[in-house]
Amino acid sequence: MINAWWIIGGVLFVLLNTAAGLIWLERRMLALWQDRYGPNRAGPFGLFIVLADTLKLFFKEDWIPPFADKVVFVFAPAVVVASVLMSFVIVPFAPGIVVADLNIGILFFLAMSSLGVYSIVLGGWASNNKYALLGAMRGASQMISYEVFMGLALMGVVVLSGSFNLQQIVESQRTVWFVIPQLLGFLIFMVAGVAETHRLPFDIPEAESELVAGFHSEYSGMKFGMFFIGEYLGVTLISAMVVTLYFGGWLGPSFLPPVVWFAIKTFAFISLFILLRASMPRPRYDQLMEYGWKVLFPLSLLNLLVTAAIKLWLVTK
Amino acid sequence: MDIAFIVAALIAVAATVRVITCYNIMHALLYLVVSLLAVAVVLYTYGAPFMAVLEIIIYAGAIMVLIIFFVMMLNLGLETAEHEKAWLRPRIWLVPGIFCVVLLGELLYLILQNKQPAAGIQVVPPKQVGMALFGPYLIAVELTGILLMAGIVGAYHLGRQHKKTLHRFLENNLDT
Repeated sequence: MINAWWIIGGVLFVLLNTAAGLIWLERRMLALWQDRYGPNRAGPFGLFIVLADTLKLFFKEDWIPPFADKVVFVFAPAVVVASVLMSFVIVPFAPGIVVADLNIGILFFLAMSSLGVYSIVLGGWASNNKYALLGAMRGASQMISYEVFMGLALMGVVVLSGSFNLQQIVESQRTVWFVIPQLLGFLIFMVAGVAETHRLPFDIPEAESELVAGFHSEYSGMKFGMFFIGEYLGVTLISAMVVTLYFGGWLGPSFLPPVVWFAIKTFAFISLFILLRASMPRPRYDQLMEYGWKVLFPLSLLNLLVTAAIKLWLVTK
Repeated sequence: MDIAFIVAALIAVAATVRVITCYNIMHALLYLVVSLLAVAVVLYTYGAPFMAVLEIIIYAGAIMVLIIFFVMMLNLGLETAEHEKAWLRPRIWLVPGIFCVVLLGELLYLILQNKQPAAGIQVVPPKQVGMALFGPYLIAVELTGILLMAGIVGAYHLGRQHKKTLHRFLENNLDT
């Protein structure tokens, strides 16, 4: 067993670097898919854009509007980063490499992602700006609704593996990855995950063509940077959760160590997130809500019902 | 575990006091969220991790977000804080304060009276909670479900759209 402090330090180091690296990765990938060059000047492959971007964020004027609620305004960006980083506590990166092996793993993830809503709501409210407020209202309703389907979709996995513990969920995928018996659950979780991180097809809270920049219109400097990093961390988190729950986590042929398998799979899903951004148009706000409650909600309930029935039939047979 | 409990309990109490004494409603609600989170930690230290997480998911993560959502739409600004300040004069606190002190004294008396060591804390896994809910307490679960169903039907009835029109200008024309 590795010392817990080493794991915590390692996870933080890797995650924060991944989130920063995604700035570069996203721009390069978007450029590739849209037939452009993207950032390619500073350093090898334009990698130093990360450095330039971070320096720029640090040296920008850190302005708090005089009409804003100062305490809440400063506090809001921290919530998103903190809640996402807390969620990583329960992600098993490899056998034994997990910060806290909680029995209530999945529920802890759901709890932390439900706290993440506060950053949008409070950021939008404290800005005291009508665009920010509209963005915050959209964000709150979007994230609360999609959390419901996310939780329900996850329950299929819980029924199959009989545990909330993520290590056990990974272990019970040794015969077959849950993406095959839980294809519907995986799709719903993926859609809900995109909505939960408010990434592009569902970036309605910050829709820049209608709401300036939505809930973070008034933010600048490193406070905006926190929202930015929080979003990339969220993408990484959802990718890691998809891999853990549906794609066998660290499991894979033994010629590579488990951590590497986990990283490769997570990277594949991060790329999928970026591809989604490059290719999908943004739906209207009411379309998003309607799609959620009228399509995804019944489907996720049906998925749970059928999964539970089949499991019951298999157990009693 | 003991220190964690004491710290969480103190935070819960202090945050709850601030909920009542805060003039700005948004800040009061945020203190309420903090209080709920602290209560979740208390539940966790007392061997109920499932309850703790549900407390965060349902109360802090859903219900409080909805309340904040509505308060946000009401656009209560500095004026309301001034109103509150005018309403909550020191004299107002007197009677509730006395009640609270009496209750606190009673609680302390009861705690100090039977000074048995606390029973061994047993961690209750989620499975056990589920088996209890769908075993001996099945009727209560079903009744709660029916109650919630009534609530949903009522909300649907209230939020139902009366007339489907293409545009608000057409709506006026249809009436005439």
